[in-house]
Amino acid sequence: MSQSSSPAAPPVPETAAPPPAAGTPYASPARPPLRRLARAVLPLVVLVVAAVLPWSTVDIPGVFDGPLNSPGTLQLLALCLVFGGLAAGYDLLFGRAGLLSFGHALYLAVGAYGVDILVTHAHWPLWAAVPAAALGGAALAALLGSVALRTTGIAFAMVTLAFAQVGSILTQRDPGGLTGGEEGLPMDGSRLPGFLVGVANTVNLYWLALAFLAVVAFVVHRVDRGPYGRVLAGLRDDERRVAVLGLSPYRFKLVTFTLSGGLAALGGVVYALVVGGASPALAASDLTLSLLVMAVLGGPGTRWGPVIGGILYTYLDQRLTSLGGTSAIRHLPGVLRAPLSQPLFVLGAVFILAVYFAPGGLAGLGRRGAALTRALGRRPVPDRATGTTDATGR
Amino acid sequence: MGTVVLLALTGLGLGALYFLIASGLSLVFGLADVLNFAHGLFLSVGAYATWWAGGRLSGPWGFPVAVLFGVACGAAVGGLVELVLIRPLYRRPTEQVLVTVGLSLAGVALLQAGWGADPRRYPSPQWTQKVTRVLGADVPNDRLLLIGVAVVVLAGLLAFLRFTRYGLVIRAGVENRAMVSALGIDVRRAFTLVFAIGGALAGLAGALGGVYFGSVSPGQGASLLIFAFIVVVIGGMGSVTGSAYAAVAVGLLQQFVNYYGTAGAGDICVVALLAVVLLVRPAGIAGRAAT
Amino acid sequence: MLDVRDLSAWIGGSHILQGVTFGVEGTGVTALLGRNGVGKTSTLRAILGELPATGSVTVDGEPVLGRPTHRLVRAGLGYVPEDRCVFAGLSVAENLRLACRVPDPDYDTVYSLFPELRTRARQRAGTLSGGQQQMVAIGRLLLNPNRLLLIDEPTKGLAPKVVAEVTAVLAQVAQRVPILLVEQNLAVVRRLAGTAVVLAAGRVAWQGEAADLLGDADRTRSLLGVGSTGLGRGAASDAPSQSSRRGDH
Repeated sequence: MSQSSSPAAPPVPETAAPPPAAGTPYASPARPPLRRLARAVLPLVVLVVAAVLPWSTVDIPGVFDGPLNSPGTLQLLALCLVFGGLAAGYDLLFGRAGLLSFGHALYLAVGAYGVDILVTHAHWPLWAAVPAAALGGAALAALLGSVALRTTGIAFAMVTLAFAQVGSILTQRDPGGLTGGEEGLPMDGSRLPGFLVGVANTVNLYWLALAFLAVVAFVVHRVDRGPYGRVLAGLRDDERRVAVLGLSPYRFKLVTFTLSGGLAALGGVVYALVVGGASPALAASDLTLSLLVMAVLGGPGTRWGPVIGGILYTYLDQRLTSLGGTSAIRHLPGVLRAPLSQPLFVLGAVFILAVYFAPGGLAGLGRRGAALTRALGRRPVPDRATGTTDATGR
Repeated sequence: MGTVVLLALTGLGLGALYFLIASGLSLVFGLADVLNFAHGLFLSVGAYATWWAGGRLSGPWGFPVAVLFGVACGAAVGGLVELVLIRPLYRRPTEQVLVTVGLSLAGVALLQAGWGADPRRYPSPQWTQKVTRVLGADVPNDRLLLIGVAVVVLAGLLAFLRFTRYGLVIRAGVENRAMVSALGIDVRRAFTLVFAIGGALAGLAGALGGVYFGSVSPGQGASLLIFAFIVVVIGGMGSVTGSAYAAVAVGLLQQFVNYYGTAGAGDICVVALLAVVLLVRPAGIAGRAAT
Repeated sequence: MLDVRDLSAWIGGSHILQGVTFGVEGTGVTALLGRNGVGKTSTLRAILGELPATGSVTVDGEPVLGRPTHRLVRAGLGYVPEDRCVFAGLSVAENLRLACRVPDPDYDTVYSLFPELRTRARQRAGTLSGGQQQMVAIGRLLLNPNRLLLIDEPTKGLAPKVVAEVTAVLAQVAQRVPILLVEQNLAVVRRLAGTAVVLAAGRVAWQGEAADLLGDADRTRSLLGVGSTGLGRGAASDAPSQSSRRGDH
């Protein structure tokens, strides 16, 4: 896990990078002020556009089943936004700190089941249940992280996987009738504030999901910009270097693990509200694997990559199932039709290809495109760091 | 007394299944440093191949031949995965894990596309459905079959590791891979071999697991895989005997606690055992040695 | 026979070798010297392909850089890494058997030099003393015909008596095969080496006759950081190098 010269450690994003050293690829210290402004403003513009989207009645056939403001489309979009935020939160661990956790679904499930149980069984008001569930997730992450982080690399991956398995078993076994077992636990709508209940109010759930994504993006952005993010990047590249500075890698990793777990629990809360309950699939290891796939597809360690990866993955996962029924697929020979109607087959195959051919994910592709245009405009500079990467990855 | 014997043998049978999965996983991990999420896929491939062949063969040798076919398919898939997908990513461990993750997602979906998501009835031979009287308990034969096969596999693996040239290379490679290369040995050829062995054993586990569970389904491998991971970590990654001890411990613990406690408590105890072992002996029971 | 030109390598972003250029004669011992962390071990690892590197390395005129380690070793480059790296879980006999890469390995030579390896054949290598482990490591080399041996700090951490034994064996071996030797113990260097190459900060700082270097106290001090008192015999001279060896990649 420590070999960071390979793309195993995702390409260092410009925002989190230490001062560019000589020969570092993508180093463009003299970025025009206009572009810098665009970089700062563009996310806000996108946020505003996303916020006013529900007032649009545009119908995009093939992409969505109904117009943009129809409840079905809004719920799909809300789900995409939630997973965009969850993937970004997971990437704090994977892309920023280089920690390969296979148990992230646990914290998501704690958030979703937590809020669900507190509202439905314990009859708490929502305003109290939400922070309780989110903080509960963070506390559990702190506790389990303090054990799991005693191991590193692949052992860490296995331990987190095993811990999450307990959550998965618990949700399925329905202890004390709390979780509803295999069926899951539907949220008791009568105990929720009215504006979150009913098909007509789907738009509020959409805004809630958007707000969650904005919160995660803000947190990740602060982490990247602050000195704390620099330490994380250092940890990922070479733990010893951080230890030499007198900083404890363990503590930094634990804080990140807790923060990421708390964000996941918050995402679970929002998920439970959007979907109207919690189900055991939330706690399954497959869900963590999906988060990993989202982060890698989008571009781990980049600012927006995981968000885009999460949105795209969720969209495809939801839409490919119905795509399997379209005429384009139905007329294919059986050998092709059967696999293509399985969203996970398509996504898994795309993911494998991405690992080989687009190590930086979508964000990496974009950056390579930019580098290419720059190289075409200017005389190429010898790219030293890339040279060593190739030699390592032989 | 009868209950205890039955529980013990059932637990050992489960442990035998875990061992078949974990030993290959452990060798792959110990030698090639690959956390192989696709191992569950190897198991499912073996199970479906046996199921497919078992439905077409009859007679007293029909089932054993079908199992051999399943094992061969598991080995072939294991070897191919290493050659085609893992080898190009040598020295990039995270990417290797990612590829096996993608493979497990896509592979299970592919099986589902071919044979549906629902469990299929397994063509177990008649005698595996009967019981044998052991120390006053009526023990289903499938458990005895699993235990017997696991013991034979353990002995065979240890003999292979101890007495063959490749076994020597694997044992040395688990300790220090770079030094094996520095002795002029192409250690990557051993990677392919270990993946094929792991695939074969997972295929065997799939074939026999079908008998034990009475059916096959695409997701079967994935759920067994998590416990196999736990066995590997407890036993010490890379150690075959460590896996054997850990598999027995996990199988018995799970069975007894699930029976005497509430359902699911055994699974949780297993994870607790993992946490304890990690805190006390981070390298697992056996540390880093192949045998 | 070995020709290294402009060898450059990076480890985790630091430029550990910055254009190392030197040659090794077809006979005798060439010592690769320098303070801790100047890149001696990295040079050996880069030559053997364990470390990605640029530049050119030729053996008898044949370019070898970028070829996989096991091919280079099969082509006759024998290597004993730092810390010896015997397989602790394997028996002495198994350690030797693993190293055989020709049909008729030269067990006679190995057992005549190290009779102990025969009597301890069934013992686990991990339970051997440091000196015995070094015998296994050197024995592994001598089983096969080699064109050049690369040996990294063979006397590190050994008792003075054992240092003398290992030195004597290396002197015998050097009569048959050229050796590129990384060594901190200057008494050993003085005894064995004909030529010396001194590295400083990833570059060759000095090369020439070993006697010229060790005979000149000022030069030795400035290049290697050891005083003339360290040039005496025995392990005493090894003292400055005992600290922070791990820093040498």
